Amino acid sequence: MTEPLHRALGLTDDELGSIRSTLGREPNRDELAMYAAMWSEHCSYKSSKVHLRSLPTEGPRILVGPGQDAGAVDVGDGLAAVFKMESHSHPSAIEPYQGAATGVGGIVRDVVAMGARPIAILDPLRFGPLTDERNRWLLEGVVAGIGGYGNCIGVPTVGGELQFARPHAANPTVNVMCVGVAPAERLVTSAREVREGSVLVLFGAATGRDGIGGVSVLASRTIEDGADETRPSVQIGDPFAEKLLIEASLELVDRGLLEGLQDLGGAGITCAVSESAARAGLGAEIDLDAVPLRERGLEPFEILTSESQERMLAVVAPDRVDEVRAVCERWGLPAVVVGRLVDGGALRVRIRGATVAEVSARSLADEGPEYARPREPPEAQDDLLNDDPTFATVTTSPEDAFVTVLSSPNIAGKRWVWEQYDSIVQGGTVRGPGGDAALVRIEGTLRALALSSDGKGRFGLLDPYLGAAHAVAESARNVACTGATPLAITNCLNFGNPERPEVMWQFAESVRGIADACRALETPVTGGNVSFYNESGDSAIWPTAMIGMLGVIEDYRLAVSQAFGPGSWIYLAGESFPELGGSEFGEAVLGVVGGRPPALDLERERALHLLLVHAAGTGMLESGHDCAEGGLAIALAESAIAGGTGFAVTIPGDEPPHIGMFSESASRAVLSVDPSRATELEDAAAGLGVPLARLGETGGPRIVFDGVFEMTVEEAWAIHENAIPMLLAG
Amino acid sequence: MSGLPRVGVVTFPGSLDDRDALRAVAFMGGEGVPLWHADRDLRGVDAVILPGGFSYGDYLRCGAIARFAPVMEEVAAFADAGGPVVGICNGFQILCEAGLLPGALVRNRQLRFVCRWVEVRVETSISPLTGDLVAGEVLRVPVKHGEGRFVATDEQLARIEGEGLVVFRYCAADGSLGDVHNPNGASNAIAGIRNEAGNVVGLMPHPEHAVDPDVGATGGQPLFASLLSNALARVAP
Amino acid sequence: MRYRAQVVVSLKDGLLDPQGKAVEGSLPALGWTNVSGVRVGRYVQLDLEADGAEAAEDQVRRMAERLLSNPVIETFDVVDISERDGA
Repeated sequence: MTEPLHRALGLTDDELGSIRSTLGREPNRDELAMYAAMWSEHCSYKSSKVHLRSLPTEGPRILVGPGQDAGAVDVGDGLAAVFKMESHSHPSAIEPYQGAATGVGGIVRDVVAMGARPIAILDPLRFGPLTDERNRWLLEGVVAGIGGYGNCIGVPTVGGELQFARPHAANPTVNVMCVGVAPAERLVTSAREVREGSVLVLFGAATGRDGIGGVSVLASRTIEDGADETRPSVQIGDPFAEKLLIEASLELVDRGLLEGLQDLGGAGITCAVSESAARAGLGAEIDLDAVPLRERGLEPFEILTSESQERMLAVVAPDRVDEVRAVCERWGLPAVVVGRLVDGGALRVRIRGATVAEVSARSLADEGPEYARPREPPEAQDDLLNDDPTFATVTTSPEDAFVTVLSSPNIAGKRWVWEQYDSIVQGGTVRGPGGDAALVRIEGTLRALALSSDGKGRFGLLDPYLGAAHAVAESARNVACTGATPLAITNCLNFGNPERPEVMWQFAESVRGIADACRALETPVTGGNVSFYNESGDSAIWPTAMIGMLGVIEDYRLAVSQAFGPGSWIYLAGESFPELGGSEFGEAVLGVVGGRPPALDLERERALHLLLVHAAGTGMLESGHDCAEGGLAIALAESAIAGGTGFAVTIPGDEPPHIGMFSESASRAVLSVDPSRATELEDAAAGLGVPLARLGETGGPRIVFDGVFEMTVEEAWAIHENAIPMLLAG
Repeated sequence: MSGLPRVGVVTFPGSLDDRDALRAVAFMGGEGVPLWHADRDLRGVDAVILPGGFSYGDYLRCGAIARFAPVMEEVAAFADAGGPVVGICNGFQILCEAGLLPGALVRNRQLRFVCRWVEVRVETSISPLTGDLVAGEVLRVPVKHGEGRFVATDEQLARIEGEGLVVFRYCAADGSLGDVHNPNGASNAIAGIRNEAGNVVGLMPHPEHAVDPDVGATGGQPLFASLLSNALARVAP
Repeated sequence: MRYRAQVVVSLKDGLLDPQGKAVEGSLPALGWTNVSGVRVGRYVQLDLEADGAEAAEDQVRRMAERLLSNPVIETFDVVDISERDGA
């Protein structure tokens, strides 16, 4: 007995029942395909919606929150920064180059659909350990794909993150964030006036069989054996077409020719049309004969759910269609009228003179199922927490531990990755990859956007609430370290199978952590993405809430870097505690992933950010660096390596040296100042209630941990720089 | 009546650093003039830049399709008449495909894209970019390319070296040569060359991204200054 | 008449081919240790209308010289031209 069609498409019996009662009849094959795509986890957020509602989404500078193609923040002078993060992890596991490339394409189109010119990309990534050849193959392919696509469309990739964990081997995490800028009044949102009779124009690439059912086949199911059979569902990207699409779309927006603009991503035409119609409170008629096809013999349901790349849907007043076509033609892109918006809420699909599908636009787009799935902490959670490495006996010398942590793939230099990305095209990159946050200036002003992407999967495994909160805090801290004020976040939530109560518990706790941190730090959530089903067999990825933070610095000439220069006094802002739970030291040196993540006091975190922004603004800092992964010793080493300048410090505290060196206590930053401005810094810190301790001074060719060990900056540089290239050489 | 030197920058489908080139021209005191690939019209400019990017997606070969654009007939005629023509990165690739410069640019030796600040040594002052410079000067400029390895047949290479057609070579900060300073494996560390007449120059590094001190080193400034004074000399009195 | 042509474009001998080298270097690890001289090129397939096989081949050669290959660094081979039935 063959599986019923609806189940093969990923719909449950209950969901089919719900569709039946909405339609008042049995859905036909094409209608089932449309529902299967739109009600898939990836498109409908059915397992996550109920939790995401608790996120803070409003604020005085928030122009557009969740629900549109991307979020938008007021960055001054009537300009909006548009940004969003998305995942493309499942396709990347099958075909790393194209999976990553099309991930870039999709998120860039989301930003363009808001009417904004994309000005930056960030790529936070997770793979399994590089000692495994397959993980090296995945990393190389993904980085080549992000570079190959991003470089070709002329958007600089200015930041990102690369970390490794065993559970991400079968399920690499590939998230991509795009940031754009537009005059606020030009933003294309559903607030615009869209009328009955407005025409739907499809422009860009032709439609083929790419990703048919991709949404429901790949992203809503875990990866099983026989991954090769899923290959036909992977899309191939054409960055040249995307570049033309970007220019054509922005010209259309510039000339005021559009009432609405939507990119075609998951669930293709079905999604773009049903969302456009539903947002306007209208219905639509689609004529499939009009859709330009790349190959012959496509069935209606294939045209409707195809995920062929590099396509956009414009909503246009009838008397402006010719102008729209002329602009597209100039850029060499086919543009055709595929339908129009109509009164009522029905979405009617016609081909060769017959109606093949008739469903409710709202039902497809907005009335997908919602599940409050059961949640339960994993049985072994307490064991994990109790396996705390903080007071374990350590036989490794502090110097050997330092070398191990500094060269661990999570910490080591990532130049091998970011030199494959064009980080300077468009001429706006003031600070590129390698620092705490990237700085991209807004053309014609002294203002720059500060961008950082961060995830704390290891913390998340131990305590999902804390892990997610730490990710928000660290992201904001990275931005603040450059002197910029954190304003808002986007996010990508990467988890395992939500039908398992343990995963659902991790998810709900993570969302709670993000909500609390964002409220305390006043960085609302402007939108994001959820990626479930990142698991194989019984092994899910670490709960990884990836946070994309956006901040603004008013004068980028005052931006602070992490590099030490000679003759400065070194300070640690913030307080250190013996907290090795979930630390890099714990995993890399002791082989322990356990313990409680460091405590997080969001008020203290906030005070630190205020200090950093104030200090940068007055020019009193020589350098500033986030103190997080790897702990204080690593933060100091990174500052020395960046500046080619050594230091001599005394690690505070009475515990064994490794605790002070590698504890990952939150809300800390390593600062350096000219001695003449030390009092100024001390006063500022005291005024804000931020603990401040002098550690030592910069200068000379050696890094010296007083009474513990020392080495040359050169040696530390080599350890940090060569680790990843050596691992990749196999 | 004299005015600012007018420098045209051609936009092909897929050009990316065209806006950066226009901005650099303006930053350095010239007037940037956008030119369109499909127009047989150079709008009376005094110099032409073919900018960086991925014209036609780099499909088939970098620059292979762009070289047949209508505007290229005008560019060839302009070059023939002695007009200064500069090809940056993809522009260099287009000039080689079009036969306006010898040799070809192929895939980087390491088979990966590279975006990095490098040093280049000026080899001759005979070129639109180095008129105000002397051989031996070292400039810090960025490269960003996947297909930047300059190659030619042994015979062509001998001619290029013999006739002093090399304009830039990758080098160390002190001007010395060494394989470690070569970002893509180019023959003889060649980063840029000129034609025999000395009015057409192509280079892989991006001088237009090295004029604004706010975003990096300024090794591109003397190159643009030379180009503008070269172009100015052609402005009708 | 309708023809299908297949053209292979190769790097000229003597030019360094890093792609070929990389491929050659990967084969032993997969168990093939008896392979050398790997060169990686490009394959182009196209259909054209022409009055006879000679005219078709002549056009394919001219297209290959002008666009499909770069004569400075590449050579080409018209590996096959055959008639196509139907549309």
